[in-house]
This record gives sequence, structure tokens and C-alpha cells, in this order.
Amino acid sequence: MEKWINKLDKPLMMPITRRQKENENVDTFFFEHSINSQAGQFVMMWIPGVDEKPFSIAYDTGTELGLAVAKVGPFTEELFRLKVGDKVGIRGPYGKGFWKADGAKKVVMVGGGYGVAPLLNIAEELVQDEVDIHFINGARSKDLLLFQDRLNNLEAEIYTTTNDGSHGIKGLVTDPIKEILKKEKIDLVYICGPELMEKAVFDICEASGINCQISIERYMKCGMGVCGACAVDGTGEPMCIKGPVVDSKTVRGITEFGKYHRSGSGVKNNF
Amino acid sequence: MPDISINLAGIKFSNPTILASGILGVTKDSLKYVVKNGAGGCVIKSISKEERKGHNAPNMHAIEGGFMNAVGYSNPGLEKAKKEFTNLKDVGGPVIASIIGTDADEFAYMAENLLSEEFAAVEAVLSCPHTPGYGTLAGQGTPEATEEITKKVRAKTKLPLFIKVSPESQPIGEIAKAAEAAGADAISATNSMGPGIHLDIYAKKPILHFGMGGVSGPALRPIAARCVSDIYQSVKIPVIGIGGVTCGRDAIEMMLLGASAVQVGTAVYYRGAEVFKKITDEIEEYLKQEGFESVNDIIGIIHEKQWKNG
Ligand SMILES: Cc1cc2nc3c(=O)[nH]c(=O)nc-3n(C[C@H](O)[C@H](O)[C@H](O)COP(=O)(O)OP(=O)(O)OC[C@H]3O[C@@H](n4cnc5c(N)ncnc54)[C@H](O)[C@@H]3O)c2cc1C
Ligand SMILES: Cc1cc2nc3c(=O)[nH]c(=O)nc-3n(C[C@H](O)[C@H](O)[C@H](O)COP(=O)(O)O)c2cc1C
Ligand code: FES
Repeated sequence: MEKWINKLDKPLMMPITRRQKENENVDTFFFEHSINSQAGQFVMMWIPGVDEKPFSIAYDTGTELGLAVAKVGPFTEELFRLKVGDKVGIRGPYGKGFWKADGAKKVVMVGGGYGVAPLLNIAEELVQDEVDIHFINGARSKDLLLFQDRLNNLEAEIYTTTNDGSHGIKGLVTDPIKEILKKEKIDLVYICGPELMEKAVFDICEASGINCQISIERYMKCGMGVCGACAVDGTGEPMCIKGPVVDSKTVRGITEFGKYHRSGSGVKNNF
Repeated sequence: MPDISINLAGIKFSNPTILASGILGVTKDSLKYVVKNGAGGCVIKSISKEERKGHNAPNMHAIEGGFMNAVGYSNPGLEKAKKEFTNLKDVGGPVIASIIGTDADEFAYMAENLLSEEFAAVEAVLSCPHTPGYGTLAGQGTPEATEEITKKVRAKTKLPLFIKVSPESQPIGEIAKAAEAAGADAISATNSMGPGIHLDIYAKKPILHFGMGGVSGPALRPIAARCVSDIYQSVKIPVIGIGGVTCGRDAIEMMLLGASAVQVGTAVYYRGAEVFKKITDEIEEYLKQEGFESVNDIIGIIHEKQWKNG
């Protein structure tokens, strides 16, 4: 019998082993769990009796899994009520993450919000291969900036932008990237953050003929390529298995990128 | 090369593998993607009159040898679906609409208002096991309800009409006869079975948020196969085999038992969207090995042999 019959995706209950406050609105929840993930992959987290939702893997040390969660609605509010020792169900890792591209020796990473964590994971790997990294971390204001400590430990050129100028460069992540591209030949740009930010950076890279890897989040129910909730217009591909990380060539075929996404019932919502 | 195209209720399919409703199929472009991966045709995710959010997640998970789901018919509703499913030629294969309703009149309303001539056919689903107000939970799995719903939908559309039945409706031959008498052009057999329950023993709760759900995949296959066999022997209209078809062997089994085509759902979980191409190749391989010139030559033949053998 072929191996496919052995597939058995269901949540595994495990306790929250520690919790770390990242900013006013984001906490990282840790689990003692060897998930063996690639940077940019995600898990489905189940709170019994509540719901099940997708979260990117923010930390994977081999023995510990960390998920950085922003409190934005009913599920995440419920999660923030849980304490160390309380159990949730985890399944995954799912999806296609960021990858090391052949010949990419100088790269830029552009992150916003919890999107910085997956980028940090690939950056920490690329540093081992002596890839030159410019890392741009953007937020609306100083107190919303995430993972600054982890970023400062990274061997990379770090740029911080805030819309209000409360920290680093006043402006958007697109400002430093324009400057970098003027000065240097960049081989690849990694992007993970709010979609309109991603689109703005992607457009700049397209104009300069630079390839990107972009994480595209869509409404996800199954994470296994079955329900179709996360299929994007243009290619029709489910982002939970063909993404979330896709390259520029794929993004060009995704007609809804930067324009709209669908709700859990399939209704289009503009960004 | 053996001929693998089929003609079902007047519709030509390039091969006998059709996407089952509720797997991908939420958008037109996802249908395009499935056809690109080798499906001979596709059924859209079922559409209701109003938008439905569906049940909270988990909506689905695997079990040993099968799959459980309780999606709860999430869909954008009739008006938005009408806009979504236009210019269906782009899909590259026949597109079958899927409609649900809380009663026969609502089914008729759906048929009258959703169905453009761009659809190749319509499948009316009388058989969901886990959505209150619809399917078997609303008593639509009886011969009487089947006849009434089929008749009312029939009156509102000229498209070929498929009636999708539950493996829990027994004797299933009687359900098929009721649909045939009321004007159905084919029987889609079957929907998922159950509902069943699967707990997480540490959470001490069912994993599915709804508490129970339909069972599909390999676990369903022998039951669906027997339903196909019963229906084939009960009616003259064609039957479409659905339930756990994951490889060529399974599709051939359904067809030997009388299915004119198969629908494939859960197998997309096991083998990816490429499963359509894979199953088709595996069917072709079998036809070559066994010396059949056309896939049509295997439909229902085990019954003929049984009868011939007396
Ligand atoms: C691949 C992927 C990775 C993600 N990684 C993270 C992460 O690392 N940290 C984090 O805080 N959030 C992440 N999210 C988003 C996270 O899933 C949502 O914030 C969460 O589901 C919100 O649920 P809620 O009930 O609290 O809020 P709601 O009020 O239900 O929703 C708030 C927002 O979250 C979106 N959302 C709700 N449900 C889903 C769903 N099932 N799938 C996708 N989006 C949804 C809604 O569209 C809305 O914009 C990720 C999403 C995806 C698809
Ligand atoms: C996740 C999921 C969603 C489904 N949604 C629908 C649906 O909306 N309408 C419908 O008629 N059948 C639905 N079904 C049933 C399938 O179309 C099919 O009849 C059943 O799963 C058996 O086939 P399979 O074993 O190949 O999946 C769904 C099944 C699954 C697994
Ligand atoms: S989340 Fe279900 S197909 Fe992607």
C-alpha cells in the first residue's frame, strides 16, 4: 500500500509551557514540541469548544515551538485568557516556507508586525551561509515594533521604520528599500507582513527586476488543501499548500494580490 | 491507447474523474486549477439561498483510514455565487452546479435562480449528514422527500439533473427509483456517511467543532460501492460513484459495479490535486492490461457476468 493512507492530520493536545509578552497586543505562546519546521510554515491551533486558526511558526528551536499571536478577535482573545499549563491542540507544520535561493548572496528582508518572526527564522539560517542581509522592520509606532532584541542579535544591517518617527526612520518600509536598491545590487527580497505593505514592496522590486519571496495569508480552515477557502484568484491554487510563501513569478499570476481576500464563506473583501 | 472519455447524461467528460462538491471548488479559478490537474469535470461547492458562515473549525480532520468533516455548508449565497460562476468556459471542462435547500420549494428557487446555461448540469444534494436544516438532518433522505424535491427542481431547469444521495438512506435502490420517477437524469452516490463522532480523549471533546460529522475517504468506500451496485440494479439512469475513490483501482471497482463516472473528494487530501491525473493514468493502465478499448466497456460488467452465469 502506498504511504498516503498513513496520513493522519489531527490536532495534538499540548500545554502552553511559557508565555512571553512581545508588545501591548502580541504574546508568544511556547510549547515543548519538536515540530521540525521550515521558516515561514504555519500550524493550526485548536482551542476546544472555540475554534481552530492558523499561526506562523515564530520560534522552532528543535525542542520548543513558539507562536507569536496578535489579539484581534474572538479566538485570539480566548487564547490570551489561557494560562501556562492550559492545553491547546496543534497540528502541522503546514505549507511551503521561505527557501534559500541559489546564488542569492545579498538579500533584503522586509517585515511588518508578526511577519518579522518567520523572516528572522530564515535570516538566522542565511547568516550561517554568509549571505549579506539588510533587514527592515516596520511598525506604526515604537511600542508596536516586534522582536527588536532578536533582530539586534542578528548579523545583519538593521533598519527600523515607524510611521510616526517614534523610533528609527520616520516613514514606511518602502523608504529604506528604495535607498538600498539605489546603492547595491540585491539578488532577492523576502517579504512578510500586511498585504498592502507586501504589495508596495513587491511593486518596487518588480520595477527594479528583483525577484521576491512573499508570504500570502488567506482565510484558512483546513491547512491541508481540501476546503478551498484559501484558493487565490488567477491561479486558483490553495495558499495553505502552494504557499503561504510564493515567488514573484507565482505572485504575478495571483490577480487578487494586494486587492482583495475572501472570508470563510467565500465572500470577497477588499484590503 | 484506450478511450477514457465518457458521456454521461449527454455531457462529454474527457475522463471519468470529476471533482466532488465541497473539496476546493469555492471559486471559479479553483475549478480551473482542478481541471488543469486532470479532472474530467467538476462540481462546485454547494450553494444555499443566503450566505452561510458554516460551523466553527475544526471543520475536518483525518482518522485512521478515513476523513471526518462538518463544514456546515459555508458558502457566499446565491447572488454572489451567480457572479462567481460566469464565463465557465475558462474552466476547461464541464462545471456542475450544486444546490441545497431547506425544503422542496427552496430547492426549486435555487434551480430557477442560480442555474445559467453555462452549467453542464445541476446536482441537488439531499444528503448532508451534519448541517441542521439540510440533508438527512432535515429528512431529505426518504423516497417521498426525494421524489418531491426532484420533481420541483425538474420543473425549473432543463439542465441534466443529478440527485446526490446518502449512504444512510436505505434501501437505497428505492431512493434512486423515486428520483428516477420524478425526472432525475443521474444519481450521485454517495455523500459522506454518518454522522460519526471522533473524540480527542485528552480534550475530552469531539475534534469537530460541530460535535459530529460526515465520514468520507477509504472508510466509506465499500459502503458507497455497495450503494452504487444497488442503484445500478434498480434504475436505468446512470450512477456516479462517490466515496473513497483514491486510486485507479477504486475508480475501476466503482465502474465495474455500475458507475458511469466517479467523483473524487477526500483523495485530494491524500494525494493532492494531481490525484485526478494519477487516477486517470491508473485507469488507463488497467484498461491496457485487461485489453479493454474503452472505459465505457467496463461499466457494470460484473453484474452481466453474474446474470449470465445464472
Ligand atoms: C498562514 C497564516 C499565518 C498566520 N500567522 C499569524 C501569526 O503568526 N500571528 C497572528 O497573530 N496571526 C496570524 N495569522 C492570522 C490569524 O490566523 C488570525 O489573526 C486569527 O485567525 C484571528 O482570529 P480571531 O477570532 O481572533 O479574529 P477574527 O475577528 O475572527 O478575525 C480577525 C482577522 O483575522 C482574519 N482571520 C480570521 N480567521 C482566519 C482564518 N481562519 N484564517 C486566516 N485569517 C483569519 C480575519 O480575516 C480578520 O482579518 C495567520 C494567518 C495565516 C493564514
Ligand atoms: C471537507 C468536505 C466538504 C464537503 N462538502 C460537501 C458539499 O458542500 N456538498 C456536497 O454535496 N458534498 C460535500 N461533501 C461530500 C463529498 O462531496 C463526497 O460526497 C464525500 O466526501 C465522499 O467522497 P470522498 O470519499 O471522495 O470524499 C464534502 C466532503 C468533505 C470531505
Ligand atoms: S485552508 Fe483549506 S484548502 Fe487551504
